[in-house]
Amino acid sequence: MAEVVLAGRELTKLYRMGEVEVLALRGVDLELREGELVVLLGASGSGKSTLLNILGGLDRASSGRVQYRDQDLSDADEDELTLYRRRHVGFVFQFYNLIPSLTAKENVALVTDIVDDPLDPAEALSLVGLGQRLDHFPSQMSGGEQQRVAIARAIAKRPDLLLCDEPTGALDFQTGVLVLEVLERVNRELGTSTAVITHNLPIAAMADRVVTLADGRVQGEVVHTQRAKAADIRW
Amino acid sequence: MRALDKKLLRDFAHLKGQALTIALVVAAGIGVFVGFQSVYGSLLYSRDVYYERYRFADVFANVERAPEQLKSRIEAIPGVSQVYTRLRYPARFLVADLPQPPVGLLASLPDDGAPPLNALHLVTGRLPTAGQGEALVLASFAEKRGLVLGEPLVAIVDGNACTFRITGTVLSPEFVYPMGAGEILPDDERFLVLWAPRTELAAMLKLTGAFNDLAVALQPLAHQSQVLADLDQLLAPYGGRGAYNRALQPSNNVLDGELYQLQTLALAVPMVFLAVAAFLLNVVLSRLVHLQRSQIAALKAVGYSNLQVGLHYLELVSVMVLVGSVLGIAFGAWFGRALHDLYGQFFRFPVQLYHLEGRLILTAVGVSLAAGVLGAMVAVRAVVQLPPAEAMRPAAPLAYRRSILERLGITGWVSPAFRMVTRELTRRPLRTSLSVLGIALSVGVLIIGRFNADLTNGLMDLLFQRMWREDLLVAFAGPRPERAIRELGHLPGVIRAEGLRVVPVRMRVGPRHRDVVLYGYQEDGELRRPVSLSGVPLTLPERGALVTQNLLEILQVSPGEEVEIELREGSYAKKTLLIAGPIEDAAGLAGHLRADTLAQLLGEEPLVSLGLLTVASRDTQDLERRLQAMPQVLSVSAHATLVDRFEKQSAESIRVMTLFATIFAMTIAVGVVYNNARVALSLRERDLASLRVIGMTRREISAILLGELGIQVILALPVGFWIGRAMARGISATVDPERFRFPMVIETQTYAFAAIVTLAAGLASGLLVRRKLDRLDLIAVLKTRE
Repeated sequence: MAEVVLAGRELTKLYRMGEVEVLALRGVDLELREGELVVLLGASGSGKSTLLNILGGLDRASSGRVQYRDQDLSDADEDELTLYRRRHVGFVFQFYNLIPSLTAKENVALVTDIVDDPLDPAEALSLVGLGQRLDHFPSQMSGGEQQRVAIARAIAKRPDLLLCDEPTGALDFQTGVLVLEVLERVNRELGTSTAVITHNLPIAAMADRVVTLADGRVQGEVVHTQRAKAADIRW
Repeated sequence: MRALDKKLLRDFAHLKGQALTIALVVAAGIGVFVGFQSVYGSLLYSRDVYYERYRFADVFANVERAPEQLKSRIEAIPGVSQVYTRLRYPARFLVADLPQPPVGLLASLPDDGAPPLNALHLVTGRLPTAGQGEALVLASFAEKRGLVLGEPLVAIVDGNACTFRITGTVLSPEFVYPMGAGEILPDDERFLVLWAPRTELAAMLKLTGAFNDLAVALQPLAHQSQVLADLDQLLAPYGGRGAYNRALQPSNNVLDGELYQLQTLALAVPMVFLAVAAFLLNVVLSRLVHLQRSQIAALKAVGYSNLQVGLHYLELVSVMVLVGSVLGIAFGAWFGRALHDLYGQFFRFPVQLYHLEGRLILTAVGVSLAAGVLGAMVAVRAVVQLPPAEAMRPAAPLAYRRSILERLGITGWVSPAFRMVTRELTRRPLRTSLSVLGIALSVGVLIIGRFNADLTNGLMDLLFQRMWREDLLVAFAGPRPERAIRELGHLPGVIRAEGLRVVPVRMRVGPRHRDVVLYGYQEDGELRRPVSLSGVPLTLPERGALVTQNLLEILQVSPGEEVEIELREGSYAKKTLLIAGPIEDAAGLAGHLRADTLAQLLGEEPLVSLGLLTVASRDTQDLERRLQAMPQVLSVSAHATLVDRFEKQSAESIRVMTLFATIFAMTIAVGVVYNNARVALSLRERDLASLRVIGMTRREISAILLGELGIQVILALPVGFWIGRAMARGISATVDPERFRFPMVIETQTYAFAAIVTLAAGLASGLLVRRKLDRLDLIAVLKTRE
């Protein structure tokens, strides 16, 4: 069995939103192994984004432990978390979170500017099929293209972990499949351990393992012996 | 170039309207700072170099007649390094085709032409040769009068005429600001100093082997007040009139006052602008951070540290501030040069170079950056503290409350739009207050700009309408009996003649003293009377004197107490004067009392020093000539000429000040209103678009947004009036209180002007934003963000 890259143990998270207190995680255990593609499935409000943010070092758990390889992130300070994200984690968000004032290539360069041994921005964009649209601004691209720029930005640092939060959530079916194909290719060709959050059940078929979350807890786990091809997924 | 730097430049370009208005406010502040500071530095440098190279003395003294042998005893006073004894005598001069002959001083020059102290700077010509009837003249007078070298000049001393031939024109460190004794404004045309070789002058003044004036240089670390006391003691038996230091030397005193005013303005005015700039940066950056919330989150998610992201926003602020600084420094250099030239018309230095030091430029940049960083701090701290995971989520809905108006229950009749306006304004009371304050500052600056004119008009009204009401002023060569006035009254064309007794005295309480003037008023006098700053004529007390409030403070005495006075003419006797009450005089330091009280105090018959005349015709030339020909008359001046001169001298600087202040205030008003409007628009775009979607008209949603701005502008007006008054008071305080005190009058027109300009700036900003509001893309606005 492949080595565990990232592990969360007994994770809980309580946060305030405006005047409301929300218990988003109620003791979650999750592991991500080398080269694995895991899909986290769950309804809206089940705690999957919170979990991903904690695993990716964007947020801290209220209790529990997070371990990346042999580094304990549970008590890491802000600088250590920043370095962890910078060196090891690539993020893809539902709303792309591109910088609207920068072109596709410049959005990728944002990352390649600050890491050692990155991919060339143009090469990263070619990997996601956007080699011809380097100088376009986000406002000049479709949602699928913007999401692929976001993926290029995430993989340009050659991350060890690719964490994707509803990457197809804002896209239509055809564009969504295109994005999933890119994620599948990155996972296969670069061997990047990948976690994909979705509430879209058919996407689970492309995973090595599917973890279902409900109400802040892990509800079940299914291991696939065979992954479906992204191109074959329909919803 | 790093991708983050490209983002910075593009954000800057995107914010250009706001960036420009902020940069202009910074530029105004830095411009004033650089302008005033550079002029201050240049004048200070010119003065210091002048004083040092020309060995300007530290202590001065005047004496009736002291033997030259006294010099060695003065040199022996501990702390004295050099003594220059000389002759000084007041004189009037005859110049062809000048109805009002100039007055001034005859001064001695060592026969070798080289004074050991207070050296002269030869501008044109050559030094006079002793024994040839030659003399030097003050350059300012020669230039103004177009005096040609070699021309004869007649001086009249005690009724005796003496002719000198002018061989050269000079500048003197004692006359950087050439102004006659007792004058309130310099008059290059009517004040002159003539330097003639001492031997000749001594013979003429019957002062051979004696001196009546001296200048003293002190050793470093000398005990100045002790030297002054020792000197007074040595000179007393010879009619010593009290030694004084540089601070009280008339020309230097004015120069000091002017430098102090420059220095104060150079700090106070830019602070107002930089505070506004800091506030605007806070508003604009806070909004930017709000709008770029998800971008900040993305930057942090991909691995940028808090410091890097925070610095990124600080850099954006720095770019705006630096653009403003560069504009401001360029403007300041121009403004400084213009101001320096203006000063050059009044202050005369041998070397007068305007220089803008590199250090000042660096300070300007540093100060503006500091203001920028201070303004941006709150917003940048929010950037740094924003947890990336939280930034991914939409911001929590803002907490609104029912506004105070609603809680008071007076909203039954108001529209929902009005309710939205008041809730928005009361939801962020600090932001609203700061906006109101920002606009109020521009109202204040506008008032300041016009206040200068009000001040001068007020002062002129007080001086020339209420206090000095004669048509012609006749100065006698010395005190005359009262019948001299009756003689004047009999001259053809004279309607009324009154006399005024003017006695120079040193008023002293313990170690504190000032050289001041006592005025003795005729009982039935109408042409001169003591008037308070508010223009109300005051009744003179039966006993004692009304004394300038400021003088009472300097001497630390109160009404009912007595002060010691030493006469500065005639017997030089010491007397005691009762202070009957304070008076707010407009100009100078003085005591006002009845002529009979004064005569009694001096132990003399009633005498007069000045004749005050009202005349039948505006054309007074013949009368003036006639008066001038009288041997007892020292000088004649026409009221109208003085008013003209005052107007001419102040008109230019008032025009310039009003123009600049108006431009600056507009910059602030537009900066504050426009930025507030833009920020309000971008923060509430979605709300307003939603209102449009549910059926509100453009006019209705404009009313909501612009209503907010309108209320802020209206609230700002009274606050601004108050701030303007306070700033006016502050600026008045920078004027040397020993020379002038201003009636604090701000005309209604000034308030109206400030209000109209602010409303216009508000309206213009509103219209700019309204254009954007009309173009609101309903669908796009509702689609963007979550």
